[in-house]
Amino acid sequence: MKQSKSLKRTVERVIQTIFLLLGLATVGSVLLITVYIIISGIPAIREIGLVDFLFGKKWASTATPPSYGILPFILTSVYGTGGAILLGVPVGFLTAVYLSKVAPKRVKEIVSEAVSLLAGIPSVVYGLVGMLVLVPAIRSVFGVPDGASLLAAIIVLSVMILPSIVKVSITALDAVPEEYEQASLALGATKMETWFRVSVPAAKSGIAAAIVLGVGRAIGEAMAVMMVSGNVPNMPELFQSVRFLTTAVASEMSYSSGLQRQALFSIALVLYLFILLINAVFNMLLKGGKKQ
Amino acid sequence: MKKIMYVMLIMVLVTGGLFAQGTKESGGMVSTDGSTSMEKVIGALGEQFMADNPGVTFTYNPTGSGSGITAVSEGRCDIGLSSRALKDAEKAQGLKETVLAYDGIAIIVNNDNPVSNLSLDQIAKMYTGQITNWKEVGGKDAPIVLIGREAGSGTRDGFESITNTKDKNKYRQELTSTGDVIATVGRNTDAIGYASLASVKATVKAVTVGGVVPSEKTVKDGSYVVQRPFMLVTKTGTPLSATAQKFFDYITSAKASSIISASGVVSAN
Repeated sequence: MKQSKSLKRTVERVIQTIFLLLGLATVGSVLLITVYIIISGIPAIREIGLVDFLFGKKWASTATPPSYGILPFILTSVYGTGGAILLGVPVGFLTAVYLSKVAPKRVKEIVSEAVSLLAGIPSVVYGLVGMLVLVPAIRSVFGVPDGASLLAAIIVLSVMILPSIVKVSITALDAVPEEYEQASLALGATKMETWFRVSVPAAKSGIAAAIVLGVGRAIGEAMAVMMVSGNVPNMPELFQSVRFLTTAVASEMSYSSGLQRQALFSIALVLYLFILLINAVFNMLLKGGKKQ
Repeated sequence: MKKIMYVMLIMVLVTGGLFAQGTKESGGMVSTDGSTSMEKVIGALGEQFMADNPGVTFTYNPTGSGSGITAVSEGRCDIGLSSRALKDAEKAQGLKETVLAYDGIAIIVNNDNPVSNLSLDQIAKMYTGQITNWKEVGGKDAPIVLIGREAGSGTRDGFESITNTKDKNKYRQELTSTGDVIATVGRNTDAIGYASLASVKATVKAVTVGGVVPSEKTVKDGSYVVQRPFMLVTKTGTPLSATAQKFFDYITSAKASSIISASGVVSAN
């Protein structure tokens, strides 16, 4: 009897150790990537100079002499993400309100399924459709010489962030206690007033988290925007060919060497810091939501 | 309990398998790494070599000229593939180049574009922004949309050094593959681009340069001027493995030239 108990304890301990190791593997990957990206990102910034690197307006990595200013990439990423949020959030948010509060159960099921499917589409497919349909369409609709532009990237990104916005917002709206809405209705408010004055404010931290998640997705996307944005390191303009932080790394990495390669790692470091910042905001919003 | 044993057994087997692969001997193996433009020709040569020498494994890693050169200098592959000549700094690292073939770079326009001949000078002026409208070169009144490749691409390097437009190009789009360039030019009636002659399809039109049609014959006799070398990069001082040396000798011999020609480029030997 005693022996079997100690055996059980040993087994328990072995399993715990295995789980611990698996958990550490995840943490280890994060640490490894962080350390690696900092170590390989710092040298080029030192050599180029932080101010010249971050605020330089010209990127010509293979020219003689080369210039390594990434301000165009930073601004493009910020504008591109901002534009995608501007287009994607109203659509995603209203979709979430509709699905959570208005839609009949059957419709909700079908639409939710479609949203999940949208989330599962590989980014290269978004890029391909964008390249073959959206880019020529922008060219003919707006009468510009070429459709590959910041606008094309914004449109593709706004569709790509829809699933995260819709799904997280629905979860937040569904979690609003039914009593709140019933009380509001009992006081004579219409359904519309109840959803937008009671349910949405009650779920606001969750919805804000959804938007931040969308920002994270948009700023980190490389493949799809690479195929529709033209990839020329111009300062951002709506109908101009532009390059994002992500695509700056991806498009030159395969052929790069020397300082050019190191500078690409530095761009990745800047991107990584952006993502860290966004994650911090995300966590803050989630914690804020729990306190309420 | 039994389940856990199974899980652990599987884990041991998996990790064992990983290590076994990692320490595999490279005997009877040739690894190449580099230029994506050379995929077609090196692939065909590798297949023929494997067919002639059963048991030999040939690998090709399509990473790009720069990566291929780095890979061979770091000893991660036997032969590096580069579609540009080595830079002096790379030669100083103890690398050696051998010309395998010459590749013509086709200047491509949309099929609906009436322009079918351009001089090298006109092409250079278009890419540097001195000519911005198609009517200046005999086309319709429309802005010229310049499509190019990303910085570091062998095709871009070849094109820019031949047209002498390095660092002066006013690209509208910088795309990361030959296929993207062809697809984009095929979709925009005002676009012009450049791509490896071997990969140009009927979806776009290759213009004549100075009246010379880009073809294997005109690339070989040098009359078609937009062309570049395909290089094999090896380390000086470090001998190749027996299999790799055999492969190197084979592809640079006259026997391989028919296979090289069949893949659309002009054999150097």
